Formats: sequence, structure tokens, C-alpha cells
Amino acid sequence: MSMPALINDNAPKVVPTASTAATASVVTMTPKQSPKAERYVKMAREVAVRVVPPLIVLALFMLIWELLCRRSGSALPPPSRVFADTRELIFDPFFDHGGIDKGLFWHLEASLRRVAIGYAIAAVVGVALGTLIGQSVWAMRGLDPIFQVLRTIPPLAWLPLSLAAFRDGQPSAIFVIFITSVWPIIINTAVGIRNIPQDYRNVAAVVQLNPLEFFAKIMIPAAAPYIFTGLRIGIGLSWLAIVAAEMLIGGVGIGFFIWDAWNSSHISEIILALFYVGIIGFVLDRLIAVVGKVVTRGTATN
Amino acid sequence: MAYLKLDHVDKVFTRGTATTEVLKDINLTIEKGEYVSIIGHSGCGKSTMLNIVAGLTQATTGGVLLEEREVNSPGPDRAVVFQNHSLLPWLTVYENVRLGVDKVFAKSKTRAERDAWTMHNLNLVQMAHAKDKRPNEISGGMKQRVGIARALAMEPKVLLLDEPFGALDALTRAHLQDSVMALHQKLGNTILMITHDVDEAVLLSDRIVMMTNGPSAHIGEVLEVALPRPRKRLELATNPTYVKCRQRVLEFLYERHRFVEAA
Repeated sequence: MSMPALINDNAPKVVPTASTAATASVVTMTPKQSPKAERYVKMAREVAVRVVPPLIVLALFMLIWELLCRRSGSALPPPSRVFADTRELIFDPFFDHGGIDKGLFWHLEASLRRVAIGYAIAAVVGVALGTLIGQSVWAMRGLDPIFQVLRTIPPLAWLPLSLAAFRDGQPSAIFVIFITSVWPIIINTAVGIRNIPQDYRNVAAVVQLNPLEFFAKIMIPAAAPYIFTGLRIGIGLSWLAIVAAEMLIGGVGIGFFIWDAWNSSHISEIILALFYVGIIGFVLDRLIAVVGKVVTRGTATN
Repeated sequence: MAYLKLDHVDKVFTRGTATTEVLKDINLTIEKGEYVSIIGHSGCGKSTMLNIVAGLTQATTGGVLLEEREVNSPGPDRAVVFQNHSLLPWLTVYENVRLGVDKVFAKSKTRAERDAWTMHNLNLVQMAHAKDKRPNEISGGMKQRVGIARALAMEPKVLLLDEPFGALDALTRAHLQDSVMALHQKLGNTILMITHDVDEAVLLSDRIVMMTNGPSAHIGEVLEVALPRPRKRLELATNPTYVKCRQRVLEFLYERHRFVEAA
């Protein structure tokens, strides 16, 4: 997007991208009149319908941003400056000069790794505790009020405590991810388990499934749509929390990269990092959504 | 010798301080291979009665004996065909039937035998063609067929049908009734069926158990349906025994034990 901006000629660029995308796909496909070709045309149209409008809005946004920030003395750099400043970071994300002087890939990788570990633990613990609360009235009475209080504690408030407990940044960050994302997983799983129709329980009773089989064959599939709602909220929250946590714990990671860039007044780098954080957050959310869709294809439609 | 026996079954539901006596002193014996229907107005506790036999609900006093042994927890020897089919939507038709087969025959049959037995039962209800479909891809009548296959595949001593045709349209219902009759003829199962359809009860049953209205519902009358099998729906319409049985049930339900709350 910011490539042509370098040439300082944004205005005409908007129209061509949109129209070429739409017309090019149609023109190449029409010669073949087979139904397959028609299907491709249809697919290309559907893609265009989804992709073109956000691209236009994005281009407009860039244009306004450029116009607002290009005058000298503006606090924030225009997109053209951002691109020029961060060229190296964009085109060489894999460099490693030791310490925290690494390419963006390594920072993102470190953050994603923390999220992966913390979130994986949260998923396992969350589903297990959620099942317990959903299944046992006494566990719900005992645990639910406590969870309702604990879940309102902001993620970062846990960080000092976990630093005191673990005496190290890495496990503390992972703990913050865990404690942030576990609540929606617990609560949604519990609701899902509680909403399992009595019919399914009767079927399990007649077939005489043992508790383990009941858990694997009835509970998890029946509650899967709810569980995945919780997992999806959880992944979003953990990605929110990691940036803040890393700003405080330091080291390699996209959060500290942003904080470091601010301390060195590299505003362009902050903007680039935010762009990546947004894209990755979006991809993570979609990823869980797609997995959920595949796993619950039987239950969700019922 | 009674095969299945309900012995002085009472059922009282308690909610807080309020207690409702649903069933009072139910005594019923069913012979092996017999087809018995329970008919009564809605709310008379007939489903509760079936659930007690299935072990899904406990009798407050009294008990259920199957082959002289008390049964008070659910098990595959008393397989249930549920009113709303209750197939697991995330499993295919085949997997739904196989679930029960795998549990019941875990030790006595090999994998290949269990597969063959599952397919055999799907064939019995003419559903083998849809074995890889999911429940939401087949019609209501087909779902109920699969539900019947699942129950049959567990080789139950007693097959419990809980208003199995209640949710189906009239044509599908007739078709499925014929299928169940044919299966009963072929396999000789002992069947206990809940229904509120007089024609269905007379057509299918050897005996019809008529329930009085609740609360404290009890067995009002038991009617023998002395019609020879196999029974043909069309021929029966004018058969004097059939007409007489039908008349008796209707009289019981609409004259002697009218459902007052209905109007």
C-alpha cells in the first residue's frame, strides 16, 4: 500500500488498483465458457466484493493521514515517512545483531511463543475447570463467585505479583497470558456443559458410557460451540495482554520493541509494529474461528 | 413367568415443600415377545412410567423386575427409542448406531463383527444408504429409523418406545408403524410403547394399558387385542374386533376418564 506513496503521487493510484482488480479477473476468465471458468469468475467477483471496499477505505485513510501529517512540524510521521524510516525493518525482518537488536520477525516470534504457551495452558485448564463447574453444582457454588471476582482484575495488575512469585520475566509474562485468557474459557465451557440437553445425557446413560467416554464423546462435542466462543475471546485477550506485559518485562518481544522505539523516539517503528500487532491479532482470531468451525460442523448447525 | 414386572410402583415428585404423586400403585407384567402399549392423556405420567422402566428415573416405592432381577439404573438391556430421536448431531448415522454397539459388544464381538452388526441393524430399518449422513441431513422419519436401529443394535431384552411416532407426519408415521410391526414379527422383541394415538395402540399392540388421569395416575384398564398377526392396516379398518377394541379405548379415554383440563 505504501509503495506508490514513495513516489509522492497517491491520488490517481486509488482508482487503478480497484478497477484493475475487478476487470482483470473478469477479462481473463470469460474466453473459456466452461462451467468451471464461470465458477472462477463468480469466485473472483465474490473475492472482489469483499476485498475492494476495504482497500478503497484504506487508501482513503492513507491519503488523509498523508495530507494531515506531511506538513513539517507535525507530531506524527505521514505514511510515506513511516515507510522510508522502516524500510530496513520491513525488508529484512530476520537480522539478529544480538541482544534485543533483532529483526521484527524475532520479536513477533518471541511474543507469539509466550502467547502460545500461556494460551495452551489456559485452554487446557479452562476447559477442565469449566467442565467441573458446568457438571457439579457444588463446584459451581464454590468456585463461580470467586472466578467472577478474579476475572475483573486487569491483566497487568497480576504482573508484579507473578514477578514476585517467579522472579523472572519470561514465566511472569506467560502467567499473565494464562490468567487473562483463562476466564472466558472457563465461563463459556461451563455454560456449554450446563446446556447439554438431557436427551444426550439419557442416551449416554442407556448406552452406559463411563465418565471418561461421556466427557470425550458427549460433553466436549456438545459444548464445543461454547468452548470455541471462549477460546476465541481468550486468544484476543491474550494478544492484548502480551504487548502490555512485554513493555514492562523487557527483553525480546513486540511489546518491548514498541516501548524501546518510543524511548528512542522512532515513531515510525511504533506505527509499523502496531500494524503487525493488528494483523497478527486478526490472524489469530480467524485461526481459532476456522478451527472452531471445522470442529463444530456437526453441532453448530443443529 | 413374568418377563418384565412393574411391582407396586409409586412415584412422588417433591419440589420444596410441595409434593405431587404422579403414579400410584402401578402393577404390570409383560411376557416375553409381547407388544404392550400404554395410552393415556398427556400429563398422566406415562412417560414417567417408561423412564422408571428405563432406569432414568427412580421409583419412589416399588420396583421394576426384569427376568426376576431388580433393575434401577439405565442399561442397554432396556434400550429406549426417544420421542425426539436424540441422535448425536456430531456423529454420522453409522457412528450413532456404532456408539451403542461398541459399548455393548466390546468384549463379545471383534471390530469387523461390530461393523457388520451395525450395518445389519441399519439395513433392518432401511437406512444403510444414509450411513455417512449426519442427523441434520436426513428427514424426521429417517432420524427415528436410526433411533430404532440404535436401540435394536444393543439387543435389548425390552425395547422401550417413548411416543416414537409422535413428532412425525401422518404418512411417515403409518410407514414407520408398519416397519416396527415387521421388525417385531421378525425379531420377536418385547416392546413397551408409550402412545396417545388410539389407532396406533390398537394396530400394534397385543395389550393396551389405559392410564387414568393424574395426579396419582394408575392403570384403569388393560385391554387384550386379539387380532392375528401379521396385521394389515387396510383390512383391519373393517375388522369387527379392531373396531370393538378401538371403541373400548375411546370410551375409556373420552367418557370415563375425560381430560378435564383440556377444554
